[in-house]
Amino acid sequence: MGVDETTRVRNFHQAKWDEPIIFELSTEGERGVIVPEVEEDIERTVGDGVSELPPGMSRRQAPALPEVAQMRVLKHFLRLSQHCLGADLNVDMGQGTCTMKYSPKINEVLARSPKVAEVHPLQDADTAQGALEIMYKLDTFLQEISGMSKFSFQPGGGSAAILAMASIIRAYHERRGEADKRDEIITTIFSHPSDAAAAAVKGYKVITLYQNEDGLPDVEALKKAVSDRTAGLLITNPEDTGIFNPDIVEFVKIVHEAGGLCGYDQANANGILGITRASEAGFDLCFFNLHKTFSSPHGCGGPATGALGVRDELISYLPIPIVERSGDRYFLNHDLSNTIGKVRAFYGVFPAVLRAYCWIRSLGAEGLKEAACVAVLNNNYALEKIKKIKGASAPYAEGKRRIEQVRYSWETLTKETGVTTEDVAYRMADFGFHLWSSHHPFIVPEPFTIEPTESYSKAEIDEYIAGIEKIAAEAYAEPEKVKNAPYNSVVHKIDNSTLDDPEKWAITWRAYLKKHECK
Amino acid sequence: MGGRVGLKGTDGPEILEKAVALGAEPQSQNRTIECLSRLKTLKDSIELITCPGSMGEEASVRCGFSPKAISTTAGPITTASDTRSAARQMSDLGVDLLLFVGGDGTARDIYNAVGDSMVVLGIPAGVKIHSAVYACNPLRAGELAWLYLQGKAKNVLEAEVMDIDEEDYRRGRIQARLHGYLRIPYERRYLQRAKTGSPASEQYSQEAIAHEVAECMSGEFHYVVGPGSTTRAIMEKLNLTGTLLGIDLVHKKRLVGKDLNEAKLLERLEGKRTKLIITPIGGQGYLFGRGNQQLSPKVIRHIGKDNIIIAGTKQKINSLYGRPLLVDTGDKATDRLLDGYFRIITGYREAIIYRVTY
Amino acid sequence: MKKGETTVHPYIPNSAPQVKARMLEEIGIKDIDELYEEIPESLRLKRKLDLPDAMPSEYDLKRHVEGILSRNQTCQENISFLGGGCWQHYVPAICDEISQRSEFLTAYAGEPYEDHGRFQALFEFESLMAELLDMDVVNVPTYDWCQAASTALRMAARITGRSEVLISDTISPERLLAIRNYCTPALSVRMVKHCADTGLMDVDDLKAIISVDTAGIYFENPSYLGFIEHQGREISDIAHENGALCVVSVDPVSLGVMTPPANYGADIVCGDIQGLGVHMNYGGGHGGFIATHDEERFVMEYPSRLFGITKTSVAGEYGFGDVAYERTSFAVREAGKEFVGTHAALWGITAAVYLSLMGPKAMQELGKTIMQRSQYAMKKLSEIKGVKAPVFASPHFKEFAVSFKETGMTVEDINKSLLEHGIFGGKDLSKECPDLEGCALYCVTEVHTKRDLDCLFQALKDCLG
Repeated sequence: MGVDETTRVRNFHQAKWDEPIIFELSTEGERGVIVPEVEEDIERTVGDGVSELPPGMSRRQAPALPEVAQMRVLKHFLRLSQHCLGADLNVDMGQGTCTMKYSPKINEVLARSPKVAEVHPLQDADTAQGALEIMYKLDTFLQEISGMSKFSFQPGGGSAAILAMASIIRAYHERRGEADKRDEIITTIFSHPSDAAAAAVKGYKVITLYQNEDGLPDVEALKKAVSDRTAGLLITNPEDTGIFNPDIVEFVKIVHEAGGLCGYDQANANGILGITRASEAGFDLCFFNLHKTFSSPHGCGGPATGALGVRDELISYLPIPIVERSGDRYFLNHDLSNTIGKVRAFYGVFPAVLRAYCWIRSLGAEGLKEAACVAVLNNNYALEKIKKIKGASAPYAEGKRRIEQVRYSWETLTKETGVTTEDVAYRMADFGFHLWSSHHPFIVPEPFTIEPTESYSKAEIDEYIAGIEKIAAEAYAEPEKVKNAPYNSVVHKIDNSTLDDPEKWAITWRAYLKKHECK
Repeated sequence: MGGRVGLKGTDGPEILEKAVALGAEPQSQNRTIECLSRLKTLKDSIELITCPGSMGEEASVRCGFSPKAISTTAGPITTASDTRSAARQMSDLGVDLLLFVGGDGTARDIYNAVGDSMVVLGIPAGVKIHSAVYACNPLRAGELAWLYLQGKAKNVLEAEVMDIDEEDYRRGRIQARLHGYLRIPYERRYLQRAKTGSPASEQYSQEAIAHEVAECMSGEFHYVVGPGSTTRAIMEKLNLTGTLLGIDLVHKKRLVGKDLNEAKLLERLEGKRTKLIITPIGGQGYLFGRGNQQLSPKVIRHIGKDNIIIAGTKQKINSLYGRPLLVDTGDKATDRLLDGYFRIITGYREAIIYRVTY
Repeated sequence: MKKGETTVHPYIPNSAPQVKARMLEEIGIKDIDELYEEIPESLRLKRKLDLPDAMPSEYDLKRHVEGILSRNQTCQENISFLGGGCWQHYVPAICDEISQRSEFLTAYAGEPYEDHGRFQALFEFESLMAELLDMDVVNVPTYDWCQAASTALRMAARITGRSEVLISDTISPERLLAIRNYCTPALSVRMVKHCADTGLMDVDDLKAIISVDTAGIYFENPSYLGFIEHQGREISDIAHENGALCVVSVDPVSLGVMTPPANYGADIVCGDIQGLGVHMNYGGGHGGFIATHDEERFVMEYPSRLFGITKTSVAGEYGFGDVAYERTSFAVREAGKEFVGTHAALWGITAAVYLSLMGPKAMQELGKTIMQRSQYAMKKLSEIKGVKAPVFASPHFKEFAVSFKETGMTVEDINKSLLEHGIFGGKDLSKECPDLEGCALYCVTEVHTKRDLDCLFQALKDCLG
């Protein structure tokens, strides 16, 4: 079929500890950690301290936290970690758009150094020159990679960077007295949901372009969307389908002519580093996810960074402070005339910045380009194999190349066997794989999105594809087997019905005890 | 008339005795079996009521059920009146979910019999169906029925019943009128195959759209309001009672014309600045030509392409899976005029640009 | 990589020539460049990126970066009294052990099956915080305190249908900037005055400006300047009488000894988890929590993910999933509540480990020891000529403003002098508002021994002469 007959799918079984909730481990009197007591002198001078608490502010009852001995806490959370399939442990191609590449461990060693961990953001700049230098230098690297003129690392993730872009766009039009008139932002259906949602937070009306038969937003559609009410365009390119929009320059031009600004959501930058840049396409703003393309680990969902870049004219709008250099001294500049203020405390997630810096230094210009090229090679290699699998298809862009990911469809499989993309994803867990469908709404029916990145070897990619093949075949032969998966995972079929019912949902253990029978 | 989207609560964790009924046409045995086989695990906990012999009983028995057969006057059910009679009987028996196999004709008959008094679901018979009351395929109908009977698909939404003129249909011309709305169970993926909305979300979306449209309306214009539940929500927002199935006219936020035909429309719109507010009708995504033929090519041209305001919920749009909206005005030149991209209002301060073609 | 050499980089396996060639063959192309044919030629970068030379050797990279980082001084090498939204607390070893685990560190968005552990750990975070806060709903953490406060205010607006928020004017200036950016244009922000001597909210001013447009009243307790707002009950009563909600920011570290805001009428409570077992990381250790009671109208307004516990098909097994997922922007794009993305999950897990280790007794011990140490510091500082601590005549928790007005020296100069003694003096408040000219914000936690504090007193005495 698509891979070597010798490629086998693992006889995997995830750890399954049946680990109770931490509260269930509580035993009266057990201690996890002891807090240092004050010296006698201090006790003599100020007494117990807590007597100073005003009436009504003194906690009457100790918080009902569990009492668990130290080793048991360790064991509990280590077991929970075994119930988690990090990218380090699996061929993590199946989380499309997330760019689950290798997070080099040397970068972890450096990020954990006390020279990072034990530094306070309000320290005098002279005592934090190392941190400021790293931030400044990464700024210059990203300027070169994107063609933008200045970067801020303050946004704590991609969505926060989009909010910052929308904020800058608004401030820009406000300065020209046009903020009330220009109240519409244009985006596309295959851009990240936050491109729409964050714009709405800033009060914008959102116009979403749906795709044409090629899976791309059409220039004709854009022309219908622009008007003198257009504030800007927020777009991902290539979009989550993996297709590069060849008309992107015209898109930017049309919006500029209408008086709007263009923001580039570069969540999908991994396949185009050193190949093409935001500035040549005409963008005014862009951001990169340091936890995607630039290798900072995902941490189960953060901490992360959305590195925000702008062209010259917009530098004064950036959130404060930005890092600047004078001679060989680095400092924080809070003095930007049109600043939008702040989007986050302090300056950003420094460990993420550091890791991105290390990654870029390790690879250099050639390495970055090679990473992009191999990511694209891996993706198109996977595409060749996957589209041959019975039941799978790759809608749009027939015969064309994709960049770093592909949105596939199990539509045929579902029609012919009743097995859905959700079912396949759960069965993939039985082999130690993830498989992600798509953001909502599902425009492509029964979608699954695969992004190999440059990190996995051919043998590993073959292993992943063999897994998909096996399950697709199983769907035709024994659909029930797929539909009742997973079997080798941490738990069996989850009952989701309570999660949307206010009478039954339990977001905390105490709520659970109140609403359901006590254990 | 005009049932509401509502939430159906469950009565507790224990499985209640529920009843499922069938009205079937003979050639749809296989489809019935496909659907019922998804309900096999419930055979001891639900009561299945159906029509005798090859009209449902046989298929039910084949799937392991012990159905109760309703009485019928004579042999197999073939006529519309037989369908209606069977449906009414099942309604009288207090059936919780009525499953039927067929096409637009069957849906029309079911609607004429029970209206919005009960929850129903169609098993498609394989012909092209314009009514939106059918699941995508028999398998999905079975799965959705299974979820509904277990209390796991609690949401019910209104779906269009289209009345197709059979004679015209056979002659190759489609004349579809919007006939009414039936209530069907709705579990995100099984009907629309996507997690496209929160509980009662289509209603929420319609209210949001109504808010947006109402805000944009100006006293300068006469607004022609097309049929549909989305446009009805707009009328409700304006505190006006229009016709669900017909074309109404609104000016300065007052109802100045009800259920107008082509001639009356042209007469009333003479010399006025007009806008048209429409929404796609039916399961095939038609903007013009199914259920709103009063909006003839003449009317459309009088109003002008740029004065057309389209309202549509995201649920409706996403159920098309990227297929363009369609127009079939009866006049090729008008169809060509309407070919292209249109702005569609999909919520409060939300719009999309979507392809319309013929 | 040096010119002319083509070393395969350790991070890019399929760069190895033979594998690459085989893959190209299997796709049926000669050159990877063909895969970029959809990108117009005019957009293709025709030159190499101008970046410093690569350092593919791990050893070279390590030495290089360590060299740069060595120019940082740390709060371990010095005695730091800096606070102001980022705090130096002790991080138990097990917190580091768990937050470094590959499984957690590199997981992301898998299903509640193969990523069950992530869901359970974050559910436990929500649950442990719930006990500190005495509320039944807590979110999966957002970016930081600024975000939590901003979202809490927008939630209040959505819930009440009103658009004005009243904010205590002793709020941290950073948080105010973030709130202003996040909450405009939807909301209007009005400041409530404080009493100059105590720092507490001027309740009369509050009563004067609250109206039918007020969605929520916001204050911080302990405040940004460290004093305890004991009028909590009165303020929330005023809010409720006017149909508004009471939004309170709290320091979770204080909740071993301080009353949770829910107990004096707070409707939405928010704050930062950095003090719960997360290193300062130069400002990279933050995570924001939002808590409410378990009412549908509140739950449905959260933009964050909310992990709930449920059953599976096997009795006794716990399953997890997203509660009311459809309200998030993942599900419905712009019609969702604000937006959700990648925030601070790993710090949430770390805080869960911290609270599990601490338990009720250590949280009490922590609160007590912080109060004792900070009170000791305030007392001794006040004994130094020209120094007054605290500035505000109120009880404080952990942080307090110190006035150096009478010393004749600026805070900037004092801090420079302290630096020479290996001490990081408190945050200079002089530029933040005219009343605080010559004042600094000092933070004293469980990490400051008597000896550390005595060093501070001595150093100040020396520099003030």
